[in-house]
Amino acid sequence: MTAVRAGWVLTQRNLAHWARQPWTPIFGLMFSIMLLLVFGFLFGGAISVPGGGDYITFLLPGMLALSMMFGVESTATAMAADARKGITDRFRSLPIGSASVALGRVGADMANSTVELLVLLAGGLLIGWRITSDPASAVLAVLLLLLFRFAMLWIGIFVGLSFRGEGATMAVQVLVWPIGFLSTAIVSAETMPGWLGAIAAWNPLSATASATRELFGNPTGITEGPLADAAVWLALGWPLLLTAIFLPLSARAYRRLRG
Amino acid sequence: MNLVADGLRKKYGDVQALDGFDLTVAPGVIHGLLGPNGAGKTTAVKALATLIDVDGGTARVAGFDIRNQASQVRRRIGLVGQNAAVDEILGGRQNLVMFGRLYGLSAVDARSRADRLLDMFGLVEAADRAVSTYSGGMRRRLDIAAGFILTPAVLFLDEPTTGLDPRARNEVWASVREVAAAGTTVLLTTQYLDEADQLAARISVMNHGRVVADDTPAVLKRQIGGDRVTVTIAAGESLDQVAERLGAAIGIPAVPDLEAHSLTFEVGSGVAGLSAVVRALDESGITPDDLVLRRPTLDEVFLTLTAAPKETAR
Repeated sequence: MTAVRAGWVLTQRNLAHWARQPWTPIFGLMFSIMLLLVFGFLFGGAISVPGGGDYITFLLPGMLALSMMFGVESTATAMAADARKGITDRFRSLPIGSASVALGRVGADMANSTVELLVLLAGGLLIGWRITSDPASAVLAVLLLLLFRFAMLWIGIFVGLSFRGEGATMAVQVLVWPIGFLSTAIVSAETMPGWLGAIAAWNPLSATASATRELFGNPTGITEGPLADAAVWLALGWPLLLTAIFLPLSARAYRRLRG
Repeated sequence: MNLVADGLRKKYGDVQALDGFDLTVAPGVIHGLLGPNGAGKTTAVKALATLIDVDGGTARVAGFDIRNQASQVRRRIGLVGQNAAVDEILGGRQNLVMFGRLYGLSAVDARSRADRLLDMFGLVEAADRAVSTYSGGMRRRLDIAAGFILTPAVLFLDEPTTGLDPRARNEVWASVREVAAAGTTVLLTTQYLDEADQLAARISVMNHGRVVADDTPAVLKRQIGGDRVTVTIAAGESLDQVAERLGAAIGIPAVPDLEAHSLTFEVGSGVAGLSAVVRALDESGITPDDLVLRRPTLDEVFLTLTAAPKETAR
């Protein structure tokens, strides 16, 4: 049995989980929408965008990138839970390719994140966000977001397989916040103290957020630096680099289950 | 032979989990692998099911080498691990269909196989409920059914009744017999000696990573010696004093059990031994609460063979 076919069966399994327990993805979605509203309306009035532009229009692409990053949590949690409950061992005793388990996770999480993106885009349109570029650029923006999610997936799989205890997923849940905020997802790096802004600008999340803004034709909040010149290339390079690191690490972690 | 292991070795850190593990299992039988916690039973099963790499030794399962022909082995085995490894969120039928498809069945075949197995293992009524609502026994039966999708040549059952109440345990036993009746070789690990005695045609007793005894339950019982007479002493009497008096009168030392307030005498032959004990009781003027003649239990076989302290045996 090819790994792809088994991966598809396992994708269906993970999707069936959401059909049985729909509140898991629904709460995930509601959480993203809540963040959007909190920052857009509650804090947004106090935040100005360097270089000018409407904050909601600035914020939405950042929220899209942030929600892709938060996906690392659900991936890691699901992988760790399966490994802990012994069902991963069960899968490993079956005549299926060793990539199947990861492929099943990739298929389901990418499907979930695509739906999440579409809902957030629709939500954005409702509160006044607009695409002011061409359709091809907009599609490229969505693809870059999904590429970023793909990279997060491998980090999640690696963490879930390597640290199977509940503590590890908790650590991921806590760590995504400072990493998420220390970026240009919510505020421009140019409003931060110099050293902090430099770190934020080199956060892979910032590259995806800035490239998405640029491609949607939204204000970027950037007037100079690498993100002003090459955000799209960085948004392509960072996820590929992260995947090149964490995909082999995930494969190694899976093999290491053999003790 | 359906399963042959020869000198398997596996080390986890400083622990030699398998230390020259040898096993031979004939086709179509239930073979018990008996041992206390930490004896290496689960490691042995994981190695034979190709889940872990061994450091040394060889093994063939269903005719294929576990190291070089792992995928052929996997196509011919079912593994039911210690914690019921089925999907708790999905329903029973969904689980079986999923495992069927992972074993390579088409969607249609997987569904009809799932229906047959639900029927065979008494899970038709609960088929579409989430497994998280199942009782422990139902979960185990589903687990066994999932390992039985392709009617494997060898089914590994790792402590299938741990944590189950007696009724659920009986149901699982019935499922195991059902599997064996279909011609599948079953390797069953257990800490419960009555379970091995009930189910297994042959038992390997395991301790410290190797098999220390391997025979039929009857022969293993014989190894431990003759029958036992157990006398339960009235609560008012001193166990020590009675033990001394009866022991002297019968000529066999008494083995006291403080918890049950009873004395056990290992007598050579049942009937003669029983009358000797009764005579001694009569002469000493002791009226026992209870008097039982019995064959040695596997617990006693086990304790003798592994020389483990009593606490770890149950």
